Amino acid sequence: MLAIEASDLVKSFGSTRAVDGVDLAVRAGSVYGMLGPNGAGKTTTIRMLATLIRPDSGNARVLGHDVVAEADAVRAQMSLTGQLASVDEDLTGRENLVLIGRLLGCSRAQSKARATELLDAFGLGDAAGRQVKNYSGGMRRRLDIAASIVVTPELMFLDEPTTGLDPRSRNQVWDIIRALAAQGTTVLLCTQYLDEADQLADGIAVIDQGKVIAEGTPGQLKASVGRGALHVRLLDPEHRPEAERVLSRALGAGVHRDADPAGLSAACPPDPQRAAEAIAELSRNGIAIADFSLGQPSLDEVFLALTGHPAEEAIDDGGSGSDQAEVAA
Amino acid sequence: MSATPTTSTGVRPPGDGALGAAISSAPRPARPSALSACLTFGWRGMLKIKHVPEQLLDVTVTPVLFLLMFTYLFGGAIAGSTGEYLHFILPGILVMSVLFTTVYSGVTLNTDVTKGVVDRFRSLPIWRPAPLVGAVLGDSVRYLVAGTVVVVLGLALGFRPEGGVPGVVAAMLLVTVFAFGLAWVFTTVGLLMRAPNAVMNAGFMALFPITFLSNVFVEPETLPGWLEAFVDANPISHLVTASRGLMEGSANAGDIGFALGTAALLTAVFAPLTTHLYRSRA
Repeated sequence: MLAIEASDLVKSFGSTRAVDGVDLAVRAGSVYGMLGPNGAGKTTTIRMLATLIRPDSGNARVLGHDVVAEADAVRAQMSLTGQLASVDEDLTGRENLVLIGRLLGCSRAQSKARATELLDAFGLGDAAGRQVKNYSGGMRRRLDIAASIVVTPELMFLDEPTTGLDPRSRNQVWDIIRALAAQGTTVLLCTQYLDEADQLADGIAVIDQGKVIAEGTPGQLKASVGRGALHVRLLDPEHRPEAERVLSRALGAGVHRDADPAGLSAACPPDPQRAAEAIAELSRNGIAIADFSLGQPSLDEVFLALTGHPAEEAIDDGGSGSDQAEVAA
Repeated sequence: MSATPTTSTGVRPPGDGALGAAISSAPRPARPSALSACLTFGWRGMLKIKHVPEQLLDVTVTPVLFLLMFTYLFGGAIAGSTGEYLHFILPGILVMSVLFTTVYSGVTLNTDVTKGVVDRFRSLPIWRPAPLVGAVLGDSVRYLVAGTVVVVLGLALGFRPEGGVPGVVAAMLLVTVFAFGLAWVFTTVGLLMRAPNAVMNAGFMALFPITFLSNVFVEPETLPGWLEAFVDANPISHLVTASRGLMEGSANAGDIGFALGTAALLTAVFAPLTTHLYRSRA
């Protein structure tokens, strides 16, 4: 069964077509990632699916209900954690959760009990009585997600839940998303980070300039892009020309000289075994290496591979454009 | 991906599945009534007064200063004695104080929009105007507090109205009802402007002249003819006259009716307008 079915969604803001014919099919119970740079149309898509804005054309069904005609039915089963932490900064963490509980129809006692339970589970017990304006970014984001699951939704929209968070807070948010998925909630996750989509999502749609330009499992996507780059740093920069020859022979690919005089990098072959052999080949030739790494392809590399242009280009055209303008408008 | 949550961070206390338990133990309540949703938003307004009392102070300081300054500086010159003038000016200052407070209904709404809280409210399965109606209802408490501050100060300065407690309470209620109507104007402004400060500036730029060009401070008969005509037509003048009447026990049904009618008209026009803007905003 599909939790989200969207076909040919279009939304323009002025002359910018923020979303330009997006199709999505998200299986119930899965975690689905929408990957793309700022301004690609991810937020606008989520806002249409979450009934906050109406599509100009196209249609979408969320959990079997039309997002325009049956918006209330959609709202009853989903929750949204927006790009801006949608909590009330003047209130305390506990008050925020009680407020949402009451608005969802819980009794006063039920709301309070639920708030306590969530605050403890999310590591916010000690901060429960403090105003949210004094929270760190990670605490605020966790509270925001807690507010979204006061009543566990069938479907949860998460719009860049870890943007701007430190690694520890990011891992905490990831744990929460995994726990939600384990419990059966369908998650639609917008992100700019390939590794985030890779860590969490069962399926990924890559979005650029309002269109889905690639779709598949994280594995398929990465295979289509290659495995990122092999980076090697030599102990002695003098050895670089020789190392370059050895590597390009072993890999059968071009090797690039880094700005670092001792550094070399090369597009990684699909089979990591070959990279390992290439490194071994260096040692056999008596070239000492300081370190080496096999990089995950970055969003930039994914975009370069899929579109032939780097991700940044999308940011310029109205960039803070479509995604942020509508948040502020 | 793996369905088993890992325990790499301190989100939940070590050794217990509090996170998973919290997620799966959620209640499944029935959707709340429109009234219940409004009251919840009203409660949120109260919490804001509790946590950000300085906002209430901001708006009451100006009228309090006016009350003191006008009474003691100009009271003798305008009305012959400060005591006499206090009785004239106090109902007007009450009106001013409460009406200034209505600007904050717009400021608060604009803050919600710019901070993103509105997105959460709009994605909840509640009666859609509830956040607006509830907020304005909650703000009524703010109006009562602002009014009470002025009246208490007046009493301390020697204000002894003929209408007694019932008269003062009736005046305060009338002003609050009027403020409820006016607040919808500022919620509309709040949804049209970009930043909370812009709403505040626009609000005070409009309210200052319109409250000064009324009979709050002087009898209109002393004004030039064209200005007198404006002041007489100003709904705030009618509200002030009605409040004076109620406090002095000589209320005029016409003025009370005019004030209530204006409040009803403002609500009828601007409440739907606010709701429309709120629902259709991108």
